[in-house]
Amino acid sequence: MVNMIQYLHIIFLEIYKILFLLVPVLVSVAMIVWLDRRIWAFVQKRQGPNVVGPFGLLQSLADALKYMFKEVIVPSSANKVIFILAPIVTMTLALISWAVIPFSATQVIADINVGILYLFAVSSLGVYGIIMGGWASNSKYPFLGAIRSAAQMVSYEVSIGIIIINVLLCVGSLNLNDIVMAQENLWFVIPLFPMFVIFFISALAETNRPPFDLPEAEAELVAGYQTEYSGMMYAMFWLGEYANILLMCALGSILFLGGWLSPIEIYPFSLIPGFIWLIFKILFLFVLFALVKAIVPRYRYDQLMRLGWKIFLPLSLTWVVLTASYLFYFNLLPTN
Amino acid sequence: MKISRIFKTIFLLDFLSGLIIAVKEIFKSKKTINYPFEKGKVSPRFRGEHALRRYANGEERCIACKLCEAVCPAQAITIESSEREDGSRKTTRYDIDMMKCIYCGLCEESCPVDAIVQGPNFEFSTETREELYYNKEKLLDNGDRWESILAANIRADNSYR
Repeated sequence: MVNMIQYLHIIFLEIYKILFLLVPVLVSVAMIVWLDRRIWAFVQKRQGPNVVGPFGLLQSLADALKYMFKEVIVPSSANKVIFILAPIVTMTLALISWAVIPFSATQVIADINVGILYLFAVSSLGVYGIIMGGWASNSKYPFLGAIRSAAQMVSYEVSIGIIIINVLLCVGSLNLNDIVMAQENLWFVIPLFPMFVIFFISALAETNRPPFDLPEAEAELVAGYQTEYSGMMYAMFWLGEYANILLMCALGSILFLGGWLSPIEIYPFSLIPGFIWLIFKILFLFVLFALVKAIVPRYRYDQLMRLGWKIFLPLSLTWVVLTASYLFYFNLLPTN
Repeated sequence: MKISRIFKTIFLLDFLSGLIIAVKEIFKSKKTINYPFEKGKVSPRFRGEHALRRYANGEERCIACKLCEAVCPAQAITIESSEREDGSRKTTRYDIDMMKCIYCGLCEESCPVDAIVQGPNFEFSTETREELYYNKEKLLDNGDRWESILAANIRADNSYR
């Protein structure tokens, strides 16, 4: 009986912690969609959404409300179970990765020693949501879009993986908090700057953002794998996509920009708590994402594959050899 | 490939200059307006909602010459006329089907007495078709409501006619 109560106590504590993370994440996803549209509009000298709420901040909430009241249409020839499962998988996978993101030395839901592997595994699974959606729709455009998307995500995952190896060589641990702490003196963005650039571009491809938004190339594929989706199911794909973008920004700031560390350890800056620094860094990367969306044209499919396999992969592999040789030669390899 | 091209590709120079331009554009003034709250400038020649004008003494300008009815390419205008007690010819019916109208402005140009004009108003959408079958009362009412702007527009455009 006592064990049971202790067990329940732990469960409620965990649920409380999870809600405390997920609710802000979902709210910030809504805000980030607004920010994305607004920056995109500003670069094109438009106003952007500015009617609902102050500066249009509540636009995404209004959109979400609209999606909730819309009818969910399941095509008669679709595989219903998989069709409904696909957006759920996408969104769940986008949200569970947040479990290992450290917001400060102690503020992390699961401080596991294989944090980065977990993140990598979950983001690799993300492609299943898209494939399931495209396959179960039983229609041409979603199917082609899903195939493109799968090929693209798998290709760029390889280079992201090798870039992560670069960072891990310098850290000597898979724990995300250790990775942050290893950057106390020098953020990895300085010694590994080329890797940061490649990581950023691969992250764009990984999250199907322009210029790599081929799966959703509206001129060719209508809306890609989302074509047959409507109402809340579409909104879940959309939430999952933006949660993934935020996650990639968070991963980028943890791996290269020193995570929750403050940039300068002097008096007024050291007072600001760690999670605010992390949020600033995520926002900085996201603004870059949004700017890139506004300035670049879409890649052709063969160009996309060439960039991934013939340029990024060899480049990041070479850099792994360079980093490893440098660390080995100067006897800097981390030892625990 | 030229050396300079390779240099540009490796250091993403074109991309960076694009980013800088994008950031500069963000702080420039917007080219769009908040439509229902702000409105763009409308030329005096703008061909919007129709109106039938009156003279200053309240008399209708229209003399029922039916030139506008004849010139209307969409045949949106229907006019019926009769003689009034004082012997002048006036319209008894002046209907415009605003859904047939193509807003070409020929009625305005053909009118010898500046009676039928197209004003600056373009916000007259309705929920039903019936509301867009304009009759004489509606057109005269429009004329009374917009008279000052209509007269100013005709004066402004006078030297070009």
